[in-house]
Amino acid sequence: MSGLRVGVDLVQTSRIAESIATFGDKFVKRVFTDDEIAYASSAPELAAMRFAARFAAKEAAKKALGVADAGIGWRDIEVRRAPSGAVELALHGPAAQVDTDGLAVSLSHEGDYATAVVVTYVRGTSA
Amino acid sequence: MSSERNDKIRKILKDHGRLTKDATSIADDADLYQAGLTSHASVNVMLALEGEFDIEFPDHMLKRSVFESVAAMSAAIGELTGG
Repeated sequence: MSGLRVGVDLVQTSRIAESIATFGDKFVKRVFTDDEIAYASSAPELAAMRFAARFAAKEAAKKALGVADAGIGWRDIEVRRAPSGAVELALHGPAAQVDTDGLAVSLSHEGDYATAVVVTYVRGTSA
Repeated sequence: MSSERNDKIRKILKDHGRLTKDATSIADDADLYQAGLTSHASVNVMLALEGEFDIEFPDHMLKRSVFESVAAMSAAIGELTGG
C-alpha cells in the first residue's frame, strides 16, 4: 500500500530507566546501536531521556513503515544525530527493504515523557 | 508442559507487563495489547522470558503478533526450545 504515512509513539522516561535498572546492558544493547548508546551515555543525567526518545522513534518508524509484524529488531532502526542537533533515521537489514522516498523524524520531550513522530512516503506495494 | 509454560508466562506478565488486568488469570488467547501491553513493556517481557526459558528471540521473531497473547508467546518459546 503506497502513500504518505505517519507514526507516533510516546514513552515514559522513568520506565526506560526502570528497564535499564532491571535488565542493564541486556536491555540497552538489544534495543540501541553502539552510536546511540555512546551519544545517550555521554551525558549520564540525560541518558534515560535520550534512550526514551530514541525508543519512541524506533516504534514510530515501525508504525509509519507498516512493519510492526515484519520481524524487525530495534537496532535496525537507528537515530542519527548531526553536530547541528538535527536527527535523522538510518534503516538497516529488513527495515531498509521498504521502498520509501525517505523518512523524517522529530523528537520531543517534556517532564517524564518523550515522543517521536516519523513521516514517510512508501512507494512500494509490498509493505 | 504447555500449561506450566503458560503459567510462567503469566507470572512474567504480572511482573513486567503492566497490564490493566490481573495477568495471573488472563486467558491464553486474550489480546494483551487490548489489556494494556505497550511496546516498551513488551521488551521487558521479552527479556524476562529469555531469562526464564534460557532462550533468545531472533530478530525475525520480534513481531507484534508474537507477543499479543500468552498462547502466541508460548508457541514462539516452543519453537525456540524444540518443544
